[in-house]
Amino acid sequence: MIPEIGHYALILALCVAVVQGIVPIYGAAVGDSALMSVAKPAARGQFLLVLLAFCCLGYAFAVKDFSVLYVAATSNSQLPLHYRLAAIWGAHEGSLLLWVFILTIWMVAVSFFSTHLPEAMRARILGVMGLVSVGFLLFMLTVSNPFERLIPAAFDGRDLNPLLQDPGMVIHPPMLYMGYVGFSVAFAFAIAALLGGTLDAAWARWSRPWTTVAWCFMTVGVAMGSGWAYYELGWGGWWFWDPVENASFMPWLAGTALIHSLAVTDKRGGFKAWSVLLAIMAFSLSLLGTFLVRSGVLTSVHAFATDPKRGLFILVFLAVVIGGSLILYAWRVPRVGLGGGFSMLSREGMLLANNVLLVAALGSVLLGTLYPLFLDALDLGKISVGPPYFDTVFVPLMTPAIFLMGIGPLAQWKKASLPELAVRLRWAFGVSVVTAITLPFILGQWTPLISLGLLLAIWILTTAAVDLRERLTHTDGSSLMGRLAALPRAYWGMALAHCGVALFIVGVTMVKGFEVEQDVRMNVGETATVGGYTFRFDGTEQYRGPNYIAARGTIHVSQGGRDVTVMYPEKRRYFVQNQTMTEAAISPGLLRDLYVSLGEPLENGAWSVRLYHKPFVDWIWGGCLVMALGGVLAISDRRYRLAWRRKVSDVPASTQMARQTVS
Amino acid sequence: MSRFLLPLGIFIVVVGFLAVGLTLNPRELPSPLVGKAAPDFSLPQLHDPTKVISSNDLKGKVWLLNFWASWCGGCKDEHPVLNHLAQSGEVPIYGMDYKDQRNEALAWLKEWGNPYSVVAVDEPGRVGINYGVYGVPETYVIDKQGIIRYKQIGPLREDILQEKILPLVRELQSQ
Repeated sequence: MIPEIGHYALILALCVAVVQGIVPIYGAAVGDSALMSVAKPAARGQFLLVLLAFCCLGYAFAVKDFSVLYVAATSNSQLPLHYRLAAIWGAHEGSLLLWVFILTIWMVAVSFFSTHLPEAMRARILGVMGLVSVGFLLFMLTVSNPFERLIPAAFDGRDLNPLLQDPGMVIHPPMLYMGYVGFSVAFAFAIAALLGGTLDAAWARWSRPWTTVAWCFMTVGVAMGSGWAYYELGWGGWWFWDPVENASFMPWLAGTALIHSLAVTDKRGGFKAWSVLLAIMAFSLSLLGTFLVRSGVLTSVHAFATDPKRGLFILVFLAVVIGGSLILYAWRVPRVGLGGGFSMLSREGMLLANNVLLVAALGSVLLGTLYPLFLDALDLGKISVGPPYFDTVFVPLMTPAIFLMGIGPLAQWKKASLPELAVRLRWAFGVSVVTAITLPFILGQWTPLISLGLLLAIWILTTAAVDLRERLTHTDGSSLMGRLAALPRAYWGMALAHCGVALFIVGVTMVKGFEVEQDVRMNVGETATVGGYTFRFDGTEQYRGPNYIAARGTIHVSQGGRDVTVMYPEKRRYFVQNQTMTEAAISPGLLRDLYVSLGEPLENGAWSVRLYHKPFVDWIWGGCLVMALGGVLAISDRRYRLAWRRKVSDVPASTQMARQTVS
Repeated sequence: MSRFLLPLGIFIVVVGFLAVGLTLNPRELPSPLVGKAAPDFSLPQLHDPTKVISSNDLKGKVWLLNFWASWCGGCKDEHPVLNHLAQSGEVPIYGMDYKDQRNEALAWLKEWGNPYSVVAVDEPGRVGINYGVYGVPETYVIDKQGIIRYKQIGPLREDILQEKILPLVRELQSQ
């Protein structure tokens, strides 16, 4: 009964979505405010219906209702409750439900936080989101219904893929989807602006915070996916350029470019057409990612069950949504005027270069991801594109982008002077170059790539310091603290996000340059030394988990005769799917991770063991978190808080503008 | 106007490729071993561990080598096809029980039927590595000289059998 309620709620949600997608947009076109006002209650109603469906599916998992096909396919009676609930998004049907659920969350958020928008704009935004929702609900109800019954009911379920039985699984997909789907808001803003022909600075100002929030979720989501691969796959890698990883990375790149281009549209009125195109691109790439994951056109480790009907549906949906928006773009954008002129050497110019480089990087990732498909379609053979390609194209594209990251925030709008910039940045440049050349020698090994990585990281940090010092001298205030507090949070957000990039680069450089890895055969009591740490293998013991048995190894780690930690790597065998999983043991640290995974059992209790010493590896994810924190700080800026308050006090917009500090 | 149509143009090309891509199977990889000599093996037999089955014993006839395991779901899917083929007696099928446990494998064959002339036991998976097995099931067509002529990745289906494997087997047998 409960699953049927969920199914029925989805059908009702589809009906509401159709109304939400048609009526308000039509109302906005003819200027009928009664029709436009349908948008808000429709969005909220749709949210409640999808929430109901989501709870119904959760309930079916909680009570182990194996008469629901999806529950039987992705869970098992021995699976603990938290993983049963996470199994809601453990496979195709349920993760679509999560997608739609998150889409409706964003809709409700827009319906609450958009009171300062003109009514027609709000109606169009919610209408566009309603149309996107129609597509996904139709997809679910026609070819991927999570509530489909299995009659007679299965005696027990086939269990969740053991790879997904991990705390990361509980939180990673919702985070990533918040980002993916969050770009639908920026997309809806862009389409609404194209429909209304009001592509102006105000549009950019409104869509900026939404884009930034989605970008923050996306950043954390991608980082979590990478962290999960690191500790769950058991061989210490953190990024594989797998098509599905790329599918999440491409919208992130587009979103990053969009954030920067919206800044120009907001502040200077330029890049309007470009910002709109990027907003369309970011969401299109989210949809493309869905297509790539679900349709099985590319091989990937994220093997969702594939079905050609599903692939065809998404492709048609993709063609309608993206094709439609690009037609609208080509039709409407030529009427949009250009912004103010600027010289190439100016903040606009550098942000433009940043955008070109990010989009070029995005294009190369897209090309690498789809290249095997292109060749296969043209019958030119089967190939796979791996990390060497991506590493080769990515580093040269990102190097100039990061160099500009240092200069951009210091350059004036419109026109900057090169000699003046050179004088202001000479110390930062000198310090970066000298440190980058000498530091690797001190660390024990010099290679061009280590030196380059450190140069870029230190460049970001030193230029950020120069920028901060200059801004402080231009800020009024008696005490240093007062002046620090007087700087706008938008500035702090940008600075923090940029420093996050520096931390990320340090992590990547150090782990690539100084990682030590050893594959050893260890008898009980035997020791091995890696990266200055001594690992002593004390054998394994049988250990029984809720739905698996494991051989759990005990490894004592010491450094210079002093005990550091005890590590317990496991080799698990999950009963239902009879799958063996390597559960690595990780001892994290600010400056290094120790990483141990069990290979195969050998005779007399000996095992083959993999030992890694990974310097600074946690900085990779730490850097991403800092980037996301920067985003959070930026949207807590005074002018957005003022925008909320304006609802109450209704301060005239002109004084708002005057109070804004340039960031 | 035209430069604003450029994104649409690129998108249409990509969609075209994606549409073609839907009809292709990326998992169907050509094996580098096709046309090369099948790696030798000499392994204990499943039903009688004291006896050995060696690839050298099979020289001079066309045979199929099928990697399977009792823990593998796809193997159950293709099993009726193998049973059917074995009944026809057109070509002998040799089984390679891959990374499996003997008692489970025997029970599995008892329940679902045994299409194999002989089953070899590859418990550590070494032979699988030599043959470049991605995952079970996989099936190889090997000719009279011991050369691999065809490799099927994933479960066999009746249509693949009729359209590809059997014509190839007949041609090889007549050589």
